[in-house]
Amino acid sequence: MPEVMSPVLETKALHKTFGGLTATNNVTFALPAGARHALIGPNGAGKTTFVNLLSGVLTPTSGTVYLDGTDVTRWPAHKRAGAGLARTFQINQLFADFTPLETIVLAISQAKGLAARFLRPVGTDTSIANAAADLLQRLTLGDVMHARVGALPYGKQRLLEIAIAVASEPKVLLLDEPAAGVPESEREQILDVVAALPGEMALVLIEHDMDLVFRFAKSLTVLVLGGVLVEGSPSEIVNDPRVRQVYLGELHVEGFSQPHAGGALG
Amino acid sequence: MTSLAADTRVATADPGTRLVAKARWRWPEFLLWLFAIALIWIAPSRYLLFNEIVILALLALSIDLVLGFAGIVTLGQGAFFGLGAYTAGLMAKHGMGTFPWSDPLLGLVGAAIVAGFVGFLSSFLVLRGSDLTRLMVTLGVALIVQELGNKLDWITGGADGLQGVMPAPILGLFDFDIYGRNAYLYSLCTLFVLFLIARALVNSPFGLSLRAIKGNLTRARAIGIPVERRLVVIYTVGAAYAGIAGALLAQTTQFVSLDVLSFERSADALLILVFGGVGTLYGALIGAIAFKAMYDVLASATPEYWGFWLGLALVLLVLFARGGIMGLMAALMERFGRRRMGDA
Amino acid sequence: MLTILFDGIAYGLLLFILAVGLSITLGLMNFINLAHGAFAMAGGYITVVMVNRLGLSFFWSLPAAFIVTAALGASLERTLYVRLYDKNHLDQVLFSLGLIFMSVAAVDYFMGANQQIVNLPPALDGRLEFLGASIGYYRLFVIILCSLLTIGLQLVLTKTRFGSRLRASVDDQRVARGLGIDVSKIFALTFAIGSGLAGLGGALATPFFNIDPTFPLKYMIYFLIVIAVGGTTTITGPFLSALLLGVADVAGKYYVPAIGGFIIYTIMVLVLIFRPQGLFGRVTGR
Repeated sequence: MPEVMSPVLETKALHKTFGGLTATNNVTFALPAGARHALIGPNGAGKTTFVNLLSGVLTPTSGTVYLDGTDVTRWPAHKRAGAGLARTFQINQLFADFTPLETIVLAISQAKGLAARFLRPVGTDTSIANAAADLLQRLTLGDVMHARVGALPYGKQRLLEIAIAVASEPKVLLLDEPAAGVPESEREQILDVVAALPGEMALVLIEHDMDLVFRFAKSLTVLVLGGVLVEGSPSEIVNDPRVRQVYLGELHVEGFSQPHAGGALG
Repeated sequence: MTSLAADTRVATADPGTRLVAKARWRWPEFLLWLFAIALIWIAPSRYLLFNEIVILALLALSIDLVLGFAGIVTLGQGAFFGLGAYTAGLMAKHGMGTFPWSDPLLGLVGAAIVAGFVGFLSSFLVLRGSDLTRLMVTLGVALIVQELGNKLDWITGGADGLQGVMPAPILGLFDFDIYGRNAYLYSLCTLFVLFLIARALVNSPFGLSLRAIKGNLTRARAIGIPVERRLVVIYTVGAAYAGIAGALLAQTTQFVSLDVLSFERSADALLILVFGGVGTLYGALIGAIAFKAMYDVLASATPEYWGFWLGLALVLLVLFARGGIMGLMAALMERFGRRRMGDA
Repeated sequence: MLTILFDGIAYGLLLFILAVGLSITLGLMNFINLAHGAFAMAGGYITVVMVNRLGLSFFWSLPAAFIVTAALGASLERTLYVRLYDKNHLDQVLFSLGLIFMSVAAVDYFMGANQQIVNLPPALDGRLEFLGASIGYYRLFVIILCSLLTIGLQLVLTKTRFGSRLRASVDDQRVARGLGIDVSKIFALTFAIGSGLAGLGGALATPFFNIDPTFPLKYMIYFLIVIAVGGTTTITGPFLSALLLGVADVAGKYYVPAIGGFIIYTIMVLVLIFRPQGLFGRVTGR
């Protein structure tokens, strides 16, 4: 990956405390365009808190977040989304009463700034409806696009989580444990979908499953106790003695490759 | 929104058509509106009752926009109703029955502006916090307006009510006759136009984004929907609708009393909506009809204990019939539709 | 001046006793029980019946009001309220509004729509001059009784096993269940005590305000403000907000009678603008 371009997402000395507890400790981080980056760390390392700081669900105690060079630290979540930062959630956040098609049509309309239209019915703009249907096809949701989201099997809901985030064609996509809770037989499908995402989109994967991480990531950050322990390529991380000591050592003790280990604070 | 039998026919259509089909008119809708017009010939002696139903339906509709589509629990829609009633009443009174101030349509516009403006201001308080704070704010705003109506008796007429409300003929052509026929038609037309707008609104991308906010706030924010702005808009629109309902009451009864601001009116309208079915638009209309029918049966003998039956209806509704009348009908249609599909 | 403060404190303490049950049930069960005022009304009418119709002593009517409304609360909780804990706030609001309407009509049917006046027992009639302030014996009695109750409540919450179980359940129901706490029994008991306190508050309030069937509707906004401003995680928050509300309301109505009715709403609006999460502690948004 050529590192000459300015990073599309960047943090400087990002810090978050809850009461006396430090959840994110002085994290400086840069993500180039088109990155395939993984964020790993043991339970309670503050991965989800960090993602929430990036996406605007939480406001940092101190430090700065830059999106495409712009300081977005004080921006609310919806404004960051509008500027090209999308995310999935560890626990599904879906519109249970919508159909997948309605969900994606809304996401695309919002990304195009057309979701405030109020006179013509949804679907009048066929280009949006067709784009939504195409996306759902690509993510193997084509056959259920008219079903009620709340009634979909869990694996399909997980895919829809990704579809929503991708619909806005973001510059940065944060994937918070996309395969969490998905049965083994369907994990492959999610991996394929992630692998097929457009190359120019910068991806950050938060994951417990090391198989998934090492198949996907070209670079990694290891978080421990809210702070960055080490950054590097997969082979560097695997061979780093500190990582082995504080993190990979746990593998045998805690069995952290369990999909539903439920990461951390926030 | 319920997806009825129509779905099977367009299953193979392209996605856009399929979505638009959800907003298509269905025959029961035509029937309902035709029936409302036909009432002129069916029961010409009961215009006053019909007029009341139309006004209640519009007030309930205004709550449906706010509660049914945006999820804001409100106990204070009566405040906007009352503001609209006083605005239209004062315009008609001081306009002395002449254009422009006494013109009924301008009265509706004035009521919508005043109620909408107050709704806009209070929406910023409603945005803050949980359901509990929303209950407190909506109820509190209603009580403030009620107290003001009481205190400003040189404007509102206080407990005696606002007398001498004289709206000019509608469009300069149709007078408000003593039988209330024109009044009923006027209210019905107003309801119809506002209903069409509301129907377009909830079926549009804007309406979809409101339902998204109600469905999952976190996700709505994450896809970039400006939640606060949306809620301000719909709360303001809801307030304007309620204001117009109040204006209709003032113009057609040519009188405004302090009880347009009462808590009972807010509660009645909420009950009507829940009775008919929240988040369906038609629930407001059907609920208003059912409510008045129930009132006729139960309150004609002992009006003072009407509250008891009303309360009982609410309790039973919550425990046993969540979706209201529209919910029951949808369940019936679905069962019917499924059987028919099984036959085929 | 001191008289006003004194009246305000008496009123505020009374509001606290009236509303504290609502605050705890909301914090514990996330249940918005608008009908809380109906229990207060029940207490008030128990006093009316006992004192005016049966000629019994006012002092006897107080424990009676507590016990009867607590029993009423417990039975309603077990039969009806328990079905609504898992429903949404709209359903809870509608349900409790329904109960209000029913109770208003029922009281109207049995007791009539007019205001009921309870005469004070001779021992509490009269005034006391203290540092230039004129203090009614009855207000003094209310202040002392409510203060004792508040201290008692605080002790129960912090020092007893029931209190620690209750606090654990408020904090996290699932964890509490995991610890073997019978949360539903805690619910029922808390609901009963909360209703009983409302009933007692209603009985105490009757000589102040008189009472009529619209009581639950008239005071609904006061209860809502007390808990929304005070928060539901502790009882200190509602206690302080009730005092603030009581003093502000009495002082407002005394010094600026023309706009005194608006004082409480002004407080409500200001709090919302500057401290949307409540003035004291935070309202749990579960």
